[in-house]
Amino acid sequence: MSKSIIKAVLFVLSAGMMLLVLYLIFFWVPTERNLGISQRIFYYHVPMAWVGFLAFFFVLIGSVGYLWKRSEIWDQLAHSAAEIGVLFTTLMLTTGVLWAKPVWGVWWTWDPRLTTSLILWLIYVAYLMLRAYAPAGEQRARFASVLGIVGFIDVPIVYLSIVWWRTVHPQVLVGPVAQSTDLDPAMRSLLMISTLAFTLLFGYLLWERVSIRSYEDKLDSLKGTFESPLR
Amino acid sequence: MTGFWSTVSAILWKDIIAELRGKDIVTSVLGFAILSLVIFNFALRPSPRLTPEVAPGILWVAFTLAGVLGLTRAFVLEKDQGNLQGLLLTPTGRDALYVGKMLASLVFMLVAEVILLPIFAILFNISPFQPGLLLVIFLATVGFSAIGTLFSAMAVNTRSREIMLPMLFLPVVVPVIIGAVVASEASLRGGGWTEMAQWMQLILVFDILAILFSAFSFNYVLED
Repeated sequence: MSKSIIKAVLFVLSAGMMLLVLYLIFFWVPTERNLGISQRIFYYHVPMAWVGFLAFFFVLIGSVGYLWKRSEIWDQLAHSAAEIGVLFTTLMLTTGVLWAKPVWGVWWTWDPRLTTSLILWLIYVAYLMLRAYAPAGEQRARFASVLGIVGFIDVPIVYLSIVWWRTVHPQVLVGPVAQSTDLDPAMRSLLMISTLAFTLLFGYLLWERVSIRSYEDKLDSLKGTFESPLR
Repeated sequence: MTGFWSTVSAILWKDIIAELRGKDIVTSVLGFAILSLVIFNFALRPSPRLTPEVAPGILWVAFTLAGVLGLTRAFVLEKDQGNLQGLLLTPTGRDALYVGKMLASLVFMLVAEVILLPIFAILFNISPFQPGLLLVIFLATVGFSAIGTLFSAMAVNTRSREIMLPMLFLPVVVPVIIGAVVASEASLRGGGWTEMAQWMQLILVFDILAILFSAFSFNYVLED
């Protein structure tokens, strides 16, 4: 009973805050002087990146938890978090590409942050593929857990190598002005509110997905018990 | 500890004997790598002036993709004849099994690379036999076989294992590829050790982490 209350509260809170954030983005926050109206995508782009990283951190927790405790719930957590992480990383990359074209003049540049995000995305797409192709059950959970840990350890090394690599080559483009420290107070508070809204949305999605995953697992085991005598 | 290393050498020796008889892995890796060199030459059409700039990249694409091929073969051969089951039934530690398979893959890839390098030198008119470049090739190959053996053992147990290994392997080895390409380029340009040291350290750190983590987690990959 209390579980469904938590879920309802998360849903109402995140839905309300998302509407509030939309209102604030389009009617309240001042327009950035240099970048113009396109900068407003920033209040979606940055929280999406944050949710992506947060989700992959949950994949790590779920993976370590599964290998340690061998309980299904950790695997369900890791799988659900990975799906949400890939979704938000995809959205983050998409909004970034959309914003880069009018402002930088190119869709994409091999800047360390962009490149690392792309590699991060590829690693967790591979994670979902591994889950899809591995034989269902306990072996799949073990494989996924190992990859969930490798991926998380690897990302800082990838970032470091790309930062070094970019300093070898000349920088073609300058980074966004909006990411310097002198952010307008209104912009900063909207970014905070938006990040909070997206974090709540993440919490809601994760909760919902884990419960659906556990029903799926139950259904699979029921199918197994009913079908086996016939075969 | 002696038990550990005797197991490792037994597995390594078994793989070397099988390879000496079948010549399966080295031939396929080498053939694929030579073809990559030729195809890249058509795709990029490097002029003699541009060759030193693009050659390291071509070399590493050839090594990486051929390496994936070799790593897939390493466990496909075990799996197809049920040999992996046999290995798992013996009372050997999974870490010893990992180190043995990893060393075998390392040896096969190094052999293929040693044969490939003179061909590369002839086709691209450069002299790759410099201590710096050879060390980079060795370190990067250790990294490839270290993480590749772990992923190969997972991929072989999935459907469509031919696509699963590159999907797992390539994004994770990005630091090794970047380090190897930049350091090789520096070496072929005649750059000093200081220019390469940073990249070699990066690859070395990757190697150490990959070996430790894989040896530790091989247990979870090959449990039954």
